[in-house]
Amino acid sequence: MKRRTFIKTLGLTAQGAAILPFLRHIPAEAAGKSDTLVVIAGHSINSLDLHRKGTNRPSYQVTVNIYDRLVRFGTKTLADGSLTYDSTVIEPEVAESWSIADDGKSITFTINPKAIFWDGSPVTAQDVKWSFDRAVSLGGFPAVQMKAGSMTNPEQFVVVDDKTFRIDLPKPSKLTLPDLAVPIPFIINAKEAQKHATEKDPWATEYLHKTPAGSGAYKVTRWDPGQQFVYERNENWALGPKPGLKRVIVREVPSAATRRALIERQNADLYMDIPAKDAKELQAKGDVDIAGAPIDNCLHVLALNLSHKPFDDLKVRQAIAYALPYEDIISLAAYGRGKPMFGGKNKTPTDTQWPQPFPYQQDLKKAAALLQEAGYAQGFETTLSYNLGLADWQEPTALLIQQALKQININVTLDKIPGANWRTAALVEKRLPMHLENFGGWLNYPDYYFFWAYKSGHLFNSSNYKNDTIETLVDETLHMETSHPSYADHVKKMIAIAFEEVPRIPLYQPYLDAAMQKNVSGYTAWFHRQLDCRNLKKA
Amino acid sequence: MNLKQTIRHFHYVLTENPVTFFAFFLFGVIILAALFGPWLVPYDPLATNASIALQPPNASHIFGTDQLGRDVFSRVVVATRLDLGIATSAVALAFVVGSALGCMAGFFGGWADRVIGRLSDTIMAFPLFVLAMGIVSALGNSVENIVYATAIINLPFYARVARAETFVRRDAGFVQAARLCGTSDARILTTQVFPNILPPMMIQISLNMGWAILNAAGLSFIGLGVRPPDAEWGIMVAEGASYIISGEWWLVLFPGVALMLCVFCFNLLGDGLRDLVDPLRRN
Amino acid sequence: MQAKVLQISARLLQSLPSILGIVVISFALTRALPGDPAVYFAGAMADQASIEQVRQALGLDKTLLEQFFIYAKNLLNGDLGMSLSTGRPVLEELLTRLPASIELTLMGLGLSILIAVPLGILAATRPMSWIDHLCRILVTAGVSLPTFFTGLFLIYIFYYLLGWAPSPLGRLDIIYLPPEHVTGSYLIDSLIARDMEVFWASLKQLILPTVTLGLFALAPIARMTRAAMLNTLASDYIRTARASGLAETKLLITYALRNAMLPILTTLGMVFSFLLGANVLVEKVFSWPGIGSYAIEALVASDYAAVQGFVLSMALLFTFVNLLVDIILTLIDPRVALDS
Repeated sequence: MKRRTFIKTLGLTAQGAAILPFLRHIPAEAAGKSDTLVVIAGHSINSLDLHRKGTNRPSYQVTVNIYDRLVRFGTKTLADGSLTYDSTVIEPEVAESWSIADDGKSITFTINPKAIFWDGSPVTAQDVKWSFDRAVSLGGFPAVQMKAGSMTNPEQFVVVDDKTFRIDLPKPSKLTLPDLAVPIPFIINAKEAQKHATEKDPWATEYLHKTPAGSGAYKVTRWDPGQQFVYERNENWALGPKPGLKRVIVREVPSAATRRALIERQNADLYMDIPAKDAKELQAKGDVDIAGAPIDNCLHVLALNLSHKPFDDLKVRQAIAYALPYEDIISLAAYGRGKPMFGGKNKTPTDTQWPQPFPYQQDLKKAAALLQEAGYAQGFETTLSYNLGLADWQEPTALLIQQALKQININVTLDKIPGANWRTAALVEKRLPMHLENFGGWLNYPDYYFFWAYKSGHLFNSSNYKNDTIETLVDETLHMETSHPSYADHVKKMIAIAFEEVPRIPLYQPYLDAAMQKNVSGYTAWFHRQLDCRNLKKA
Repeated sequence: MNLKQTIRHFHYVLTENPVTFFAFFLFGVIILAALFGPWLVPYDPLATNASIALQPPNASHIFGTDQLGRDVFSRVVVATRLDLGIATSAVALAFVVGSALGCMAGFFGGWADRVIGRLSDTIMAFPLFVLAMGIVSALGNSVENIVYATAIINLPFYARVARAETFVRRDAGFVQAARLCGTSDARILTTQVFPNILPPMMIQISLNMGWAILNAAGLSFIGLGVRPPDAEWGIMVAEGASYIISGEWWLVLFPGVALMLCVFCFNLLGDGLRDLVDPLRRN
Repeated sequence: MQAKVLQISARLLQSLPSILGIVVISFALTRALPGDPAVYFAGAMADQASIEQVRQALGLDKTLLEQFFIYAKNLLNGDLGMSLSTGRPVLEELLTRLPASIELTLMGLGLSILIAVPLGILAATRPMSWIDHLCRILVTAGVSLPTFFTGLFLIYIFYYLLGWAPSPLGRLDIIYLPPEHVTGSYLIDSLIARDMEVFWASLKQLILPTVTLGLFALAPIARMTRAAMLNTLASDYIRTARASGLAETKLLITYALRNAMLPILTTLGMVFSFLLGANVLVEKVFSWPGIGSYAIEALVASDYAAVQGFVLSMALLFTFVNLLVDIILTLIDPRVALDS
C-alpha cells in the first residue's frame, strides 16, 4: 500500500467511525493528520512505574513522558543540525527556581504553581517528598541511582511548606542536581497513590504499575502488553512549550527486519534505536531521515579480566590493544555509526574530554613484540564472551577480534551468553576473561564513568581492575565541582592511567540512531536513550 | 533374499520412482560435500575481509560474500559436515536409546511398559521445539547440547515405533522357538526381535534427520544455535533472514536452499526406504 | 453412552501422571536455566544489597524443594504466578495470548486440510503417476523449509515488494481496535459484533502467517491421506462397490474417504500439536501476540513463572486435543474403543 492510499483508507475508516456509537479505531479520526505519530520499537515495556522491581529498560520512556521532575536538562543543536540534550544546562520543570545553600549541603526548591497533576490538584512539596522517599526506599536500581546524587535516606527530603522543598546532603556534590534530571526522581501524585497503598504495599507499586498518577505532558491511555501503548497529550501541561503531537502510538515489533520494512514502506513515522547497518543504508537511500548523535559518556569496549591469567600482565593487555582491528570494527560492526576511540596522538591526555581516542591502533608487529616480552610469544588460548541481546554489534566485533588475535597466536573461542545470564556472569560475578561491554554513564562526567567502570568492585568494572591511584583520584573528584582548580588535573591523571593500563580497550563511542519520515522533526537524542515525545512535531 | 536380489530390488525401486532416484542422488552429493567439503572450497570459510563485505554473487565469489567479507559458497559447503553431524548424532542417539527403551517396553510389558510409556507421553506432551529451546538454554548452546536436546525430543518417536513393532513380534513363531531353545530374553531381543524391527525404524530415522536439521536451524534463529564462527546452515539462514529486507538476498538464499535440499532429500529418502522395505512391493 | 463417559473419564485419569510429570519437569527446567532472575530484575546498576532484596521478594532465597511446594500449592489454587518480564499475572497473560495462537494454528491447519486432503486423494487415485510424484515433491518441499524463512520470504514479496499484504504487525492493523472479547478469536468476535471491517482487517493480517504455517503442515496430512486412501481403495468392499457400478466420486468420498478418516484424524491431532510448537517461530516473525513469542521472551529472561505457565498450558492443550480426537473417533467409528 502506498502512502497515499494508506491515508485514503484511513480517511474512509474515519468517516465510518464517526457514525458508530463506539470508538473502534483508535486514531481513526486523527491518524494521517499531523498530530498522531506511530513509533515502532523492538522491545516491550513491562511496567508504567520505573520504581517497581523488575521494570525493564524500554519502560523508562513511559516515565520520561508521563511524569515531571524538579528539573530537566536543556537541549542543543549539533553541527549537523540534529538535536541532543545538553548535560551542562539544567532547566526548571516542576521547580520554578532553586537555591543552593552557601555550604553546598542543601538545595531548596520552589515549586511552580503551574505544576498540576492530571486530576487537577496542584503538585506540592509533600508529593515530591513521597516520590523521593519511594525512590530511595524501594531498593533496586532507583535507590542506586539516587545514591549517585548522594540521596540515600528519606530524612534528607524536607517539606518546608506546600510549595517549598529542601534536599539535605551529607556533602556538597556536583552530581546532585543533574541526578534530579534523570528519569528516576519523577514526581507522583502522592494523594492519589496513597489511596491505593496497602499495609503490604505501602508505596502502591501494584497500583502505579498499571495506573500512572502524574503531571506530565502525556498520559498513557492504552497499554496492550507486548503489543502497543498509546500516549495522549495532557492539554493542561504548562511546564514547557506545548508538545506538537496529540497522540503517540508505540508499537512493539520484535523482528528488526520487519521494523525496517515498516519504516521503509512508510507505515511507521519513527523507528527508535535502529541498528547501525539500517541507519547507514537508509541514510544513503535518503527516503527517511536518520537522526543520531554519539551517546555521551558511553563506550563500546573490549574488557580484559585481570583476575584471569595472562590479562594481569600489562604487556599482554597492551599487546591486545595494538592487535585489535579498530577500523574493520567501525566499518563492519558499527557501520560507521561510531566515533573512533583509537589512534590518539598523545600518550597522555591533553584535555579532560571524555571519551577521547586512546593512543593505540592496529600494529601487529608491536603487538607480537609486546607479547614476546611478556613471555607469550607462543600465544595462548582464551574465551571472548558477548551478550546475545546485543549480538547485532557484538557478534561481528567478536568475530573480527577473533580473526585479528589469531595473527598473534592468541586463539579465541567465542561464547555467546543469553541476556538473562549476562549480567550475572559479566557484572555481578565478574568471571568472564575477555568480553565486550557497553557501559554508559547517565551523568556526563569522566569521573562518574571511572567511578562505575574503573573502581574496584564496582558494577561495571567487569575487568576486576584495581589501582590505588584511581581509587583515591575518583573518590576525591566525584563530588568536586568542574570549576575546582584540581578537577582537570585529576581527570587527566585518571585518563592517563586508563591509556596506559587498558583494562578496558575502547573500540568506539556508539551512536543512538533513530529513523523517521521526512515530515517528522524535533527528535532529540537523550542520555537515557529513550524517546521524549515532547519536542516531536509532524508536518 | 540374497545380495543380488537386494540390488535388483533397489534398482527396481530407483528406476520405477524418479523422485526416489533424485533423492538418492542428492544424498550422494551431500555425503561427498560432508566428507570432502573443506578440501573442495576456494576460500577459508572463516577468514574475514573488510574490503569485500556484502558483495553480491560474482565471478570470484559465486554465492557472494557475507557481512564480514567471508565467502558464502565456502561456508555453505563446509557447513554440510557440521549439519549432517548434528543430525546424524542426534538421530543416532535418539535411535539407540529410544529403540532400546521401546523394545524393553514392548517385550516385557508390565511396569516397564508403563514407566517408559508415561515417560514418552510426558515428553510428547511438551511443545517439542520449546522443550528443545529450554534444554539448550539450560545447558548452554554448544554443539553437544543441541545434539542432546534434539535427541531427547525425538526419543519418544523411536520408543513408540519400537514398542509397537516389538509388541507384535513378542509372541511370534521365531521368538517362541528361540525361547523354547532356552535363549535368554536379552539375546532374543538383540538377535531375534531387534533386527526385525529395523526396517520400520529406518524410515523414522530418515524422516527425523530432516527434522533434526530444521530444529537446529530454528534454535539458531532465536540465538540458541551453534557458536560462531562455525558455519552452519541454520545460523546462516537465521542471520541472513534479517538481510532480506535490505536486499542482500544471497546471504539467506544459498544456505536456505542447501538446508531445504538436505531436509527435502532426507524426507524423500524416508519414502524411498519405505518402498524398499515394503514387503508388498517386493517382487 | 454411560460406557463412553466412563471411558472418557478413564482416559482423563490416564493423562494425570503426564501432567504431573510436566509440572515437575517444567519446574526443574526453569531452575536449570542459567542466569539469576534476581540480578536480571534488579535492573541496571543494582548493587549486591538490592539484588538480595529482589531475591527475597521473589522467594528465590528459599530451598528448591520449598519453592516447588509453593509453586504446586499456588497451582492448585489456579495461581500461575506473576510474570516478571511483563509484570502481569501469567494466567491473565496466557488467557489473552492463547486465543491468538489458537486462531492462527487453526487457520493454518484449516488451510492445510483444504489443500492436503484433496491432494492426497488425487495422489492415491493415481499412485506412481506424475501427479503423485508432483504432489509428493510439493508437500515435501513445504515441510523442508524453516518456517521463519518462509515467513520472512512471504513478507518480503507480498508486503515489501508488492505491497499486497498489510503490515506484518500482529493481529490487527494499527488503526483498528480489537472487537469486544467473546471467544478471543478476532474473526469470530468481529462477526458477532457484526463489524465486517474489523473482520476483513483481521483476516488480512492472518493470511501470511496462515500460509506459512499451512505449508509446513501439508506433508503429514497429504501423506497420511494418500496412504489411508490407498489402503481403503485396495480393500474388498471398495472393489465390490466399484464392481457394482458405483460412481467414482461417490465411491471416493462416501466410502473410501469415510473409512480413511480414522488415521487422518489421528494425524490431524498430532499436526495440531506440532503446529502449536512451530508457531513459536512464526509468531516472532509476524509480531503475533501469541503465547509462542511470549515463551521465547520469558525463556531468554529466565522468567520462571512465565515459562512454567506456558509449558503447562501447552501440555494441557495437547492432552485436550488428543482426547478430543479420540472422542471424535469413537463417535464416527463405533469400532474404536477409547482405551485402544
